[in-house]
Amino acid sequence: MRINRRSWVPVLLAAALVGVSGAAAAAAAEGPAYGSNWQHWQAHATVSDLPSLQRGARDFAGYCLGCHSLRYERWSRLGRDLKIPKDVLVQDLIPPGQKPADYITSPMPAQDAAKWFGKAPPDLSLIARYRGTNYLYRYLKTFYVDSARASGANNLQFPSVSMPDVVSPLEGLKIAVYKTVQVPGPGGKPVSHQVFAHFQQIAPGRMTPQQYDQFVHDTVNFLDYVSDPARVERHRLGVWVILFLLAFTWLAWLLKREYWKDVR
Amino acid sequence: MAVTDPARLRAADPARAKKGLWAWINERLPVDEFFRHELTEYFAPKNFNIWYFFGSLALLVLVMQILTGIFLTMYYHPTASGAYASVQFIMREVSWGWLIRYMHSTGASFFFIVVYLHMFRGLLYGSYRRPRELLWVIGMVVYLALMAEAFMGYVLPWGNMSYWGAQVIINLFGTIPAIGPALTQWIRGDYGISGATLNRLFAFHVAAVPIVLLLLVGLHLVALHRVGSNNPDGIEIKDHPGPDGKPLDGIPFHPYYTVKDVMGVGAFFVLFALVVFYFPTFHGLFLEPANFTRANPLSTPPDIHPVWYFTPYYAILRAVPSKGLGALLLLMALVSLVLLPWLDRSPVKSIRYKGWISRVALGVFVVSFVGLGYLGMQPVEPVYVLLARIFAVGYFAFFWLMPFYSRIDRVKPVPERVVYHAH
Repeated sequence: MRINRRSWVPVLLAAALVGVSGAAAAAAAEGPAYGSNWQHWQAHATVSDLPSLQRGARDFAGYCLGCHSLRYERWSRLGRDLKIPKDVLVQDLIPPGQKPADYITSPMPAQDAAKWFGKAPPDLSLIARYRGTNYLYRYLKTFYVDSARASGANNLQFPSVSMPDVVSPLEGLKIAVYKTVQVPGPGGKPVSHQVFAHFQQIAPGRMTPQQYDQFVHDTVNFLDYVSDPARVERHRLGVWVILFLLAFTWLAWLLKREYWKDVR
Repeated sequence: MAVTDPARLRAADPARAKKGLWAWINERLPVDEFFRHELTEYFAPKNFNIWYFFGSLALLVLVMQILTGIFLTMYYHPTASGAYASVQFIMREVSWGWLIRYMHSTGASFFFIVVYLHMFRGLLYGSYRRPRELLWVIGMVVYLALMAEAFMGYVLPWGNMSYWGAQVIINLFGTIPAIGPALTQWIRGDYGISGATLNRLFAFHVAAVPIVLLLLVGLHLVALHRVGSNNPDGIEIKDHPGPDGKPLDGIPFHPYYTVKDVMGVGAFFVLFALVVFYFPTFHGLFLEPANFTRANPLSTPPDIHPVWYFTPYYAILRAVPSKGLGALLLLMALVSLVLLPWLDRSPVKSIRYKGWISRVALGVFVVSFVGLGYLGMQPVEPVYVLLARIFAVGYFAFFWLMPFYSRIDRVKPVPERVVYHAH
């Protein structure tokens, strides 16, 4: 798949449209209901899954890089670790004006970003370590239409998030359905409380639910890699180091046993 | 008049007639004498068990921390603007930087694991009892210096938990009456935690405290070799010398305990490598998630707590509503440990021959210490505060009731000689 370098432009436009049309769409709610167990969703990030990491890098460059940087990672390092050939890297991933030796930075000026979104989009180099992969997975899958927000969208994992729902063109639109529960209030009197029940899909996206799930998995997997790029090498090397140390310990034990034969 | 000229000494004494470079050196520097005195003719009890590995392992980790620390210093920038990025540079771009840094960060936690087991060994077998009181006190000062070293090292990556942790710890000095506020400002070198603070903590972490630590560890070893090691039976091996004057139950440290300790080093490194290569953050215990974002004076982490090895004391600090009283209790918790040799009045040293009261008391202490450690990582909630108070009482009861229960406890008869089964 070819990557559109400026894909964030239509994405942003789509997000803006969603904000306008969200309330209207919510009125005609129908489609599959799901997500009541969202707090138990797992990312299942596997840093050894190279194809997934490559897809994740492509998706990051396509959908995230417009606003978010990975300022501690160089393009060349990413290409080397994920085995992406240099020409593919230059042609499909690196934005115009950046070289492979450059750090992965968003072309969007930080000052403008802060003005547009109310808060500069955070650097994502270490986000997987800071938030955890399950958090990121749930975050990318729990956007919902909320006309009360300036962006037109809200998020269950990160309530009142500044980031617009840029993934809706892929995932489609969904609304949050609430149910009323009785909880004991002050003085033991029951109080009605609105809690999240489930999502209701109201408009399909470009991807099927399975495809979108794969997209999120790959993106989170990639961010997990970026948070600690030496991990693959670490896991590969560790086995040999430990095997050597076990052999060393065994030899040391034999030597000790030999010496200690004299001790009565 | 004493003869000091090496050539004339050699002529007078045939034993000195050895030639060669080694002899030349030994005439001027007591290398052989040192090895004989401290290793090959230094006698250690033969009945050491697994608890006796942790002293040499602590020394190993100290050396490892110094070596990895030297390499980290080559790329680390001790400035508020550069520290966080320089750690990322080490992790991503310096050759083997990730390995060195993970060894250092994992080493910090392993240092405390090893030291806590080493100290617990002392509690088990009464290693702090006469004539080893000073050995224990020096060891406790090493422990305090180590805590200072670890705290300062934790601040250096300049993550958000580093910043707010430093804030909490340095503010503890603010509870000192009258001089408190001025003192904290003097320590920080600024009105708040800042680059000035970071820079001085760096100076202390890489120079001042390591020098003190090395000196204290040296003193700890000198004191140990003066009185000799205790053992699981708590019997003085020097009380039973053979016809040659050497203790009957003692064996030369070298080669017996050097080969045994090398085996311990191997086993230690297997566990250490397992963590370094596969669980370097140890599920947020060794490297905390909140420290993977840059220090931000405007954003307080939702739940500030120190790294696991400080959490027992942190739980004690938080267990009382008054900050000043909490800080005083924290200090008392450490002072109680130092005073242990004078609190224990039992006629026997080792837990093997102590009665049930002492065993229960030690059990209460362990449960309290581990419980406090767990609670120190939890958010402040009424049930946790209540539990922390109960465990704090358990912690202090172990020490301050010891003069009474250790005296009335019914002890078992101590054998004449150490218990050892050849294998």
